[in-house]
Amino acid sequence: MSADPAVVLESLRAAIVGLRADLRRNPGPAAQHSILVDPDHLLPVMRHLRDHCGFDLLTNLAGIDWPDPKLADAVAVPDDAGDAAVRAAGGFLEVVYHLDSTKTRGAPLVLRARTADRSDQVSIPSVVGVFRSAEFQERELFDLFGIHFTGHPDLRRILMWDAFEDHPMRKDYVAPDDYEYEPTPHGDVLEKARKHDPPKP
Amino acid sequence: MISDPPIFNSSPVLEGTDEDQLLRVSLGPQHPSTHGVFRMNVELDGETVVKLKPVFGYLHRNHEKIAETTGYLGSMPYTDRLDYICPLSNNWAYALSVEKLAGIEVPERAQHMRVILAELTRLVNHTAFMGFILADMGAWGSALMYAFREREKILDLFEDLTGARMMANFMRFGGCRNDFPDGWDARLRTLIDHYPHFLDEMEEFLLGNEILLARTRDVGALPKESLINGGVTGPMLRAAGVNHDLRKADPYGIYDRFSFRIPLGEVGDCYDRIMIRFLEMRESLGILKQAAAALPGGDFVNPKIKIRNFKPPVGESYARVEGPKGELGFYLVSDGGPNPYRYRVRPPSFINLTLLEDMCLGLDLADVVIILGSIDIVLGEVDR
Repeated sequence: MSADPAVVLESLRAAIVGLRADLRRNPGPAAQHSILVDPDHLLPVMRHLRDHCGFDLLTNLAGIDWPDPKLADAVAVPDDAGDAAVRAAGGFLEVVYHLDSTKTRGAPLVLRARTADRSDQVSIPSVVGVFRSAEFQERELFDLFGIHFTGHPDLRRILMWDAFEDHPMRKDYVAPDDYEYEPTPHGDVLEKARKHDPPKP
Repeated sequence: MISDPPIFNSSPVLEGTDEDQLLRVSLGPQHPSTHGVFRMNVELDGETVVKLKPVFGYLHRNHEKIAETTGYLGSMPYTDRLDYICPLSNNWAYALSVEKLAGIEVPERAQHMRVILAELTRLVNHTAFMGFILADMGAWGSALMYAFREREKILDLFEDLTGARMMANFMRFGGCRNDFPDGWDARLRTLIDHYPHFLDEMEEFLLGNEILLARTRDVGALPKESLINGGVTGPMLRAAGVNHDLRKADPYGIYDRFSFRIPLGEVGDCYDRIMIRFLEMRESLGILKQAAAALPGGDFVNPKIKIRNFKPPVGESYARVEGPKGELGFYLVSDGGPNPYRYRVRPPSFINLTLLEDMCLGLDLADVVIILGSIDIVLGEVDR
């Protein structure tokens, strides 16, 4: 099947009853349109694409942090503008999936799924059970964005060290003043560190 | 109907093994055969691998975050440092994505220059690979030096063109940074004519070598369905017989104008992975010959391109090239500002490591080194 998202969406609607998904237009010159899928339907959608539409290679997973939901709708434009107001004002996290086929030629199909918000409801079903290629990439998104992939068999940090606490790819992440912090800082470093990170009682 | 991928760790310990008897080895991060700072936590039953967990991130500097804090062009030199063996492929993939994002045309001459440089980079990578994999097998020194001698000839060309052997920073949005210097084409043609001698020599040196055959035949093969499902791309995938090369499957640049073949393996073991790279080098030489012969005059960069205050329109783009290691893609999101809102690298080395454990289970520890070598990773790209 071609990677035209409109055609793919028709096929998905026919196969999955009550599917919540809509087409998102890309306003830029690239014009790679995408399909926004409700996280509840992500796994059936992935299975259908793999088994019946020939998309057998999940190449890329990209996370995006959207503190401002209006911007997200400006980049992936919905058909009806009324949808945007429904979104939580606090923004959300998004995962963009690029699906490819080894059997047909052409550009990849773009899917996207969004979490409910950026603070405590940050889970999206893991697609590792459908595509193994998501294993390390989902770990990376968990590590750098704090997206929780439910059902991932081994969800640990992958690039940052295990004791690290924050999620550096979030837009509101503040980098530490001194990466090589030692117990005995001195001079400017000590002053700056005290100002930003007051000693814990 | 395709079945779901096997869930890993389904048999972490082989049957009949006492778990207390397992030997836990931390292979790396400082180890000559890990190609950088890469660690594998291996559990051994005697010599047999029963569990292997890769650990990385030692070179992590959050490349993607840094790229979001600087302008579009500011990330171009930084892409060199991803896969530092083949910087020009990285340059091209990034330039391609920005060109798609902003709708920039590339002149004919620049398109030919890019193909030439990308194929030379493939030669550099595969040649270096031959040296590394042989060093992993214990042929320490000579094989690597033979390979590096040839690689250095191409790096000399790169140095004359870009000013740097490796950190090229050469592609620009809408073309290349400068034109080929005088006499460069002639030197390129000499190199293309002489390169097959090296390939013949190296192949003769390897093909019937008993040690090579013993160490690589039937080592690390996986069914092609698993490889596709695991997101493996590049020579690794084609060695298993899957015809998937982005130069044909999703043509970019002007690859659709050249005639070349996609070499395919049969078994997908380490031997096939080595030989597939030999064949790819021969095809690359064919493309180089055609591109050098067809090289037109004209601009090396689109003269209308805006260098200062470059702001692509709101939108997103994903562009990819068939890098020497696999599908190298850049996903960019623009909010209309001077910096990318989101910049994501699809690193082939990183994703090809997903199935490392599956390839190694049940084999000897010594095979792990060969399998890792055959995946051909560069840690600058894995850790980003």
